[in-house]
Amino acid sequence: MEGMGQFFAMGGYAGYVWPAFAIVLVVMAALWFISDRGWRKSEQTLAALRKNRRQRESDAE
Amino acid sequence: MSLHYFANPTRFTRLAGRIQPWAGGLAALLLAVGFYLALIVVPADYQQGDTVRIMFVHVPSAWMAMFCYIFLAVASAVALIWKHPLADLAAKASAPIGAGFTFLALVTGSLWGKPMWGAWWVWDARLTSVLILFFLYLGYMALWQSIEDGQKAAKAAAVLALVGAINVPIIKFSVDWWNTLHQPASVLRMDGPAIHPSMLWPLLIMALAFKVYFVALLLARMRMELNLRRIRALRLAERSS
Amino acid sequence: MTRKQRRLYIVGGFMLIFAAAAALVLMAFEENIVFFYSPSELARKSAEQPIPPDRRLRIGGLVEEGSVQRDADGVTITFRVTDKVDVLPVRFRGLLPDLFREGQGIVAEGSLATNGTFVATEVLAKHDETYMPKEVAEALKKAGQWQGKEE
Repeated sequence: MEGMGQFFAMGGYAGYVWPAFAIVLVVMAALWFISDRGWRKSEQTLAALRKNRRQRESDAE
Repeated sequence: MSLHYFANPTRFTRLAGRIQPWAGGLAALLLAVGFYLALIVVPADYQQGDTVRIMFVHVPSAWMAMFCYIFLAVASAVALIWKHPLADLAAKASAPIGAGFTFLALVTGSLWGKPMWGAWWVWDARLTSVLILFFLYLGYMALWQSIEDGQKAAKAAAVLALVGAINVPIIKFSVDWWNTLHQPASVLRMDGPAIHPSMLWPLLIMALAFKVYFVALLLARMRMELNLRRIRALRLAERSS
Repeated sequence: MTRKQRRLYIVGGFMLIFAAAAALVLMAFEENIVFFYSPSELARKSAEQPIPPDRRLRIGGLVEEGSVQRDADGVTITFRVTDKVDVLPVRFRGLLPDLFREGQGIVAEGSLATNGTFVATEVLAKHDETYMPKEVAEALKKAGQWQGKEE
């Protein structure tokens, strides 16, 4: 239907509107992804360090 | 003061861990609704046509850019004055989020300015002060990275944050104090919003979406910073034993 | 006083001093911060000190109704810019922004010729802060309630 074409054309301003929304999605998703992965990695590192520490303490006994 | 209730890192971590998934889910939902409204439901503007849709991402980004800095500055003040143990972590965690929103405000603004004003960029007071805000965020993050001692870094960063806080009222009032290309405020103004309700409500929904997203991201980053602090402490203890 | 109170006063004091310093700097650099002069501001400036024709500056205001004319060469355009107090004639040769029309706000960069005409090298549109659907604008115009906002 021609409505779809009009929708994507954004009154002739498609080259401005779509990139604007796209970059917002990309940056917000990337920021979330980086933060989430950073948190997960820190949880792993912390758990590993604590495990090592407990093992060494029990070895020392 | 209730802030001190959350000074206990374990209590904070537990609460944050419970809130974060809900905040994340709510943010995703509100963003989907906001995008749908902005791109499909909202009518074209009488003056700006379909480019007005960019407003629905540009304005919330700009609002968040300033809100994050105010959050960062207040957290820095709390860290410096009340020495709350989580305050400098909160400030540090919020900086990349604020920098991201400032970047988005600048880029979406540029994409909006070219068709409507006829220029990708002008050095007027509003645009220049927001660019300065972006550099302030980067400088703040760089300061944390560049100083080895965690406590010294926190203090230096807090001072920078408070010095830079003067930029926030400058950004807000730039369009009133000086002749600028950027138009005056459409929402937070003396005579009430200059936006038609059919456009105002989607804007507020998007603004709420961005806020909830900030909360979700902040909690994740604060938990990460807490872990990094504990990791550093453990490694330091091992080296000295 | 407690150490916490002292820290509070020190931080507060520094913020106030810094704010005052920033205000002084901004006032001193006002001319560089202002993005454009309105026609009456320009008139006031030239009255204080005549503006040389090689000085680049920007003017802004509304395109006066009925003042837009195209030259015989078909490319150069002349119009008048008003801030409801003073009027400034402008001549421009180049691409006009999409939003350009009579009653619209504009900002032009260029220089003031000796005959008082502003010769522009760039014209940008400056829109206002109101947003509404086309139908609402049409309805307001029909009801005679259109408050002279730019179209």
